[in-house]
Amino acid sequence: MNGPHDLGGLMGFGAIPFEPNEPVFHWEWEKRALGVSLCIAGLGVWNIDENRHSYERIAPATYLRASYYEIWIRGLDKLLVEHGLVVHDEIFLSKPIGDVQAAADDILRESDVAEMLLHGPAEQPSLTPPAYRIGDLVRTRNINPTGHTRLPRYARSRRGIIDQVQGSYVFPDDNAHGRGANPQWVYTVVFSGRELWGEDADARLSVSIDACESYLERDIVTEAGDPHYATDRDSLP
Amino acid sequence: MTRNHDDDHHEHEHANHYSDMEARMRALETLLIHKGLIDPAAIEAIVDTYETKVGPRNGAAVVARSWCDPAFAKWLVRDATSAIASLGFGERHGTRMRAVFNTARVHNMIVCTLCSCYPWAVLGLPPVWYKSPAYRSRAVIDPRSVLAEFGVVLPEEKLVRVWDSTAELRYLVIPERPIGSEDMTERELAAVVSRDAMIGTALVMLQDRVR
Repeated sequence: MNGPHDLGGLMGFGAIPFEPNEPVFHWEWEKRALGVSLCIAGLGVWNIDENRHSYERIAPATYLRASYYEIWIRGLDKLLVEHGLVVHDEIFLSKPIGDVQAAADDILRESDVAEMLLHGPAEQPSLTPPAYRIGDLVRTRNINPTGHTRLPRYARSRRGIIDQVQGSYVFPDDNAHGRGANPQWVYTVVFSGRELWGEDADARLSVSIDACESYLERDIVTEAGDPHYATDRDSLP
Repeated sequence: MTRNHDDDHHEHEHANHYSDMEARMRALETLLIHKGLIDPAAIEAIVDTYETKVGPRNGAAVVARSWCDPAFAKWLVRDATSAIASLGFGERHGTRMRAVFNTARVHNMIVCTLCSCYPWAVLGLPPVWYKSPAYRSRAVIDPRSVLAEFGVVLPEEKLVRVWDSTAELRYLVIPERPIGSEDMTERELAAVVSRDAMIGTALVMLQDRVR
C-alpha cells in the first residue's frame, strides 16, 4: 500500500537526528517493546510480512509522529486483537477479561531465545528457474496494491539492471495476507540516479533495491549506452 | 540514560492514547504475562543479547579481517553469509548477507526506506537516526547531503551507491582501510571501525573512536 512507511524521496523531514554516543536503548520501555514484540512473534501466529504490514496500516499522521518502538507497539496491538489473542479493552485495562488461560506450552522461553534470534524468514525453493540473469535490463512494474508490497514507490516504472540474483524467498505481497508463501526469485536491481529522479539528479548516484521477480518485466526498448541505466558495477575490490 | 516512570496512578488518565509509553508498555506486558503468552525471562535474555553481546564490534571484526586477509575479503565478495558466519556471527537463518566494498571510485551507503531493515547480527540494533524519516527519505535521493551532515564530504567524481534493503538481504559496508594503518594489527584495526562507517555514513580515520 502507498502508506506512510514508504519514505524514499520525500522531503521536509529536516536534519538527520544523529546522537553522539547513542545508547542501545533510551528508555526502559523500549527494552520491553523489543522483548515483548520478539517473544510474541516467536509464537508464530503471524509472519514477518504481516507484522511489517501492521506498521504500514498505522494512520499516516500518527506513523510519522511516532517513535520507532511506538510504531512496533501500535502494530502489535492491532495484530493481538485481529488474531484474537486479546480483546481491545484488555489492552487498556492491562487485565484479562474473562478466564485466564493457562500458559501456552509453546511460548518463548529464556532457553529458546538464542535459537529464536537466529530463526529468520527462510529462503524457499522456487518452482521455476530465475527469469533474469545478471546484466539483464528490466523495468519495474507500476503497481499500487492496497495490501503489502516491498516495491517502493520511487522505484516503480523505472529501468534498471539486474546486478545479482539473490536466491528465492517467500513473496511478501502474498505472505502478508495469508495467501501462501509462493516463493519467488529476488534480484538486486540497480537504477541510475537520473532514471529515478530526473535529469537534474546527481549523475554520480546509483540506487538499488532487492526486487521480487513479479515486480519486474523485461525492458523491451533497450538502447545500448542509454544513460538512464546505471552502468557502474565497480563496487567490488 | 534509562529513565523510569513509576507513577502507576497515571495509567488511568492515559488509558486511551499512547502519550506515556512507559505505562502503555507495562500494561501490555502485564496483560500478556497474565494471559500466559510471554515469559519475562525470555524478554530479559533478548534485551541482554543486544545490550551486551551483539553490536558493531562484530562487524568491525569482519572489516578488520577483510583488510588483513585477502582470501577472507574474496570470500566476503563471493559469499558474505558464510564468511561472516565463520567468525561466529550469524545473521538470521535464511537471511543473506552482502558485503559491499568502498573503493577509490565508489562509496556505498545502506538504507531501508520502507522500515528499518539492518544487519542485526553484525551491527546490533539500529540507531535512532537510521530509523528516522529524515534518513530514510533522503538517503536515496540526496545521499551527499546526508553524508555532509555526518561530516563526510566526498570528491565530486566519487560514485555514491545506495543500497535500499527491501528484501531479506542485509548489507555491510566494508570501508576503505585508512592511510597510515599499515603497521596496525587486526585487533587495533577493528578498534577504529565505527558503526557508521559500516552503514556508509562515515569514513574510517585513525583518530576515530568507535561510536
